[in-house]
Amino acid sequence: MSGPRPLVEVRDLKMHFPILGGILRRQVGAVKAVDGVSFDIQPGETLGVVGESGCGKSTVGRAVLRLYEATAGSVIIDGEDIAAMPAEKLRRKRPTMQMVFQDPQASLNPRMTVAGIIGEPLDEHTDWPRAKKLERIYELMDAVGLNRDFANRYPHAFSGGQRQRIGIARALALNPKFIVCDEPIAALDVSIQAQVVNLLERLQDEFGLTYLFISHDLSMVRHIADRVAVMYLGKIVEMAPVGVLYDAPRHPYTEALLSAVPEPDPSLEARKDRIVLKGDVPSPANPPKGCNFCTRCPRVMEICRDIDPETVQIAPGHVVACHLVTQHQTTGATGGTEAEHPKHQQGEVL
Amino acid sequence: MTDAATPPSPETARIRPPRNQWWDVWDQFKIHRGALAGSVVFLAIVIFCFVGPLVWPYDATYIDIRSRNQGMSWAHPFGTDQLGRDIMARMMSGGQVSLAVGIVAMALAMLIGTGIGVLAGYFRRIDGLLMRMTDLFLALPLLPLLLVMSMLFRQPLSAAFGVETGMFLLIVTAIGITSWMPTARVVRGDVLALKEREYVLAARSIGTPPRRLILRHVVPNVLSPVMVSATLMIATAIITESALSFLGLGFPPDFPTWGRLVNDGIDYLQQYPSRAMLPGVFISLTVLSVNYIGDGLRDALDPRIRGR
Repeated sequence: MSGPRPLVEVRDLKMHFPILGGILRRQVGAVKAVDGVSFDIQPGETLGVVGESGCGKSTVGRAVLRLYEATAGSVIIDGEDIAAMPAEKLRRKRPTMQMVFQDPQASLNPRMTVAGIIGEPLDEHTDWPRAKKLERIYELMDAVGLNRDFANRYPHAFSGGQRQRIGIARALALNPKFIVCDEPIAALDVSIQAQVVNLLERLQDEFGLTYLFISHDLSMVRHIADRVAVMYLGKIVEMAPVGVLYDAPRHPYTEALLSAVPEPDPSLEARKDRIVLKGDVPSPANPPKGCNFCTRCPRVMEICRDIDPETVQIAPGHVVACHLVTQHQTTGATGGTEAEHPKHQQGEVL
Repeated sequence: MTDAATPPSPETARIRPPRNQWWDVWDQFKIHRGALAGSVVFLAIVIFCFVGPLVWPYDATYIDIRSRNQGMSWAHPFGTDQLGRDIMARMMSGGQVSLAVGIVAMALAMLIGTGIGVLAGYFRRIDGLLMRMTDLFLALPLLPLLLVMSMLFRQPLSAAFGVETGMFLLIVTAIGITSWMPTARVVRGDVLALKEREYVLAARSIGTPPRRLILRHVVPNVLSPVMVSATLMIATAIITESALSFLGLGFPPDFPTWGRLVNDGIDYLQQYPSRAMLPGVFISLTVLSVNYIGDGLRDALDPRIRGR
């Protein structure tokens, strides 16, 4: 990619969880939660990651911060490879990268006060006197819109949105450059979701943050992200700038996902062609031989069942892993445009 | 931004700074009626046992054969035993030993149990080893083990620390290392569940090293089951000690403990039932009060229950 050096470079990240079996508890297989994911994130950018449940979104987020030990691949954040770093060096690197968790209830220790929770990163990484830490804690509470009076309360006394703000304040405490937001709004009410997303955007402007925003809410991702990666069964099937992806998706899975987004206008909603995928996601322990999506793809071809498609770049910043696209490019001379694709061979048109 | 630490603004000064969390615990403990009553009773028993001998004229081992088997009177509120020793004095010095054995053995068992449970639950690599060790200890028959221990260590310990301290150490260690296993199991189970919680993951993402992570996030959250087994443990320890003394493996026969007083009293249960019942009542009161204290403490330590 051109331009300045990306803040985050993920190359061929794999996260396989072993399946142990037999009397001797030997490894008999692996759940390929993440299977060869590569992406870059520029400073100040938001990369949205979408996909259905169990496709490995959260695992990517956690492996990028090395909360899981990745099976293979490299994660270069700010010029240093996180995946191969010794523990103590990694500990000192932690302040540059932080995480906001999905469940604000579970991500706060019920036995610590808000001040204790927000102050924990400061206790770990600074040797400031108590008064300075407290001042910083108040500063952070102001930044995320929490009343300073709440500092001595415990997490159970807060609503979901407020708890998520506490979690965000904790992530901000050490002035990180990069924050992984692991479905930060999934557990919140719709009205609160907007608040939290707006807060995240405001903080991004204020502190120049870079986000990896994991979500299954496509409209929210459209709102906050600059680029979007679509994941299916541990792989990125399509990645493009947000406008391109939502207006002209190339991968059948992306099309299916987008067709499922509810349309606020009922008359449009009634006329919309919904692509309903049949069947279930295959088990990541035993993915199909060819393309991961071939079992459910509405436009599946013979080649899809045998050969895993290469990830190709079809426009600057727009990568797709699909035989439809690859064949198009090779037979591009005949002038096929995507409008000519026979639509919905397997899919049902509602 | 970080470096520009402004001096506390007047607005900040108005807000009460975070105080020590133990004040919150105390505030909650104060309003738990059972816990307060328990504390008063327990304190009274402790004062009776440790301050009592200083003001009570009789010695626990003073034999006055002429006034043996007396009933309750002003001179001997709890009566005298078959050798004319004042039972109240014996209750006092017996209580010292029993309380000390109970509390120290409980502390030892909790320490070992929590430690092993947390390590086994948190570090996957040593889980199997530690749990099999726990199974091993669970499978050990208690009495033969104690017999062997007292046979092996009684003489050297008595020589090194004197008969009473030596026996105290022996009994406390024996009880402690044979009763930590249930705690370890319970704690391990809780830790296994806790370490998958997101706040533990969050602490790791902050860069908290395992040692502090365990002390800050894991141990405080397994405190409830530990508290419960700790309070039950005191009772078990006092009773085990009496059983040991009865079998001649514990303190020497003339050395009073509550458990031994009960055993001595059983022979005279028909004629002087109070002789066995009084120490029994003291044991029960101690256990009951400690239970209530533990109950209150557990509630006070949990912010979710606090303030209700």
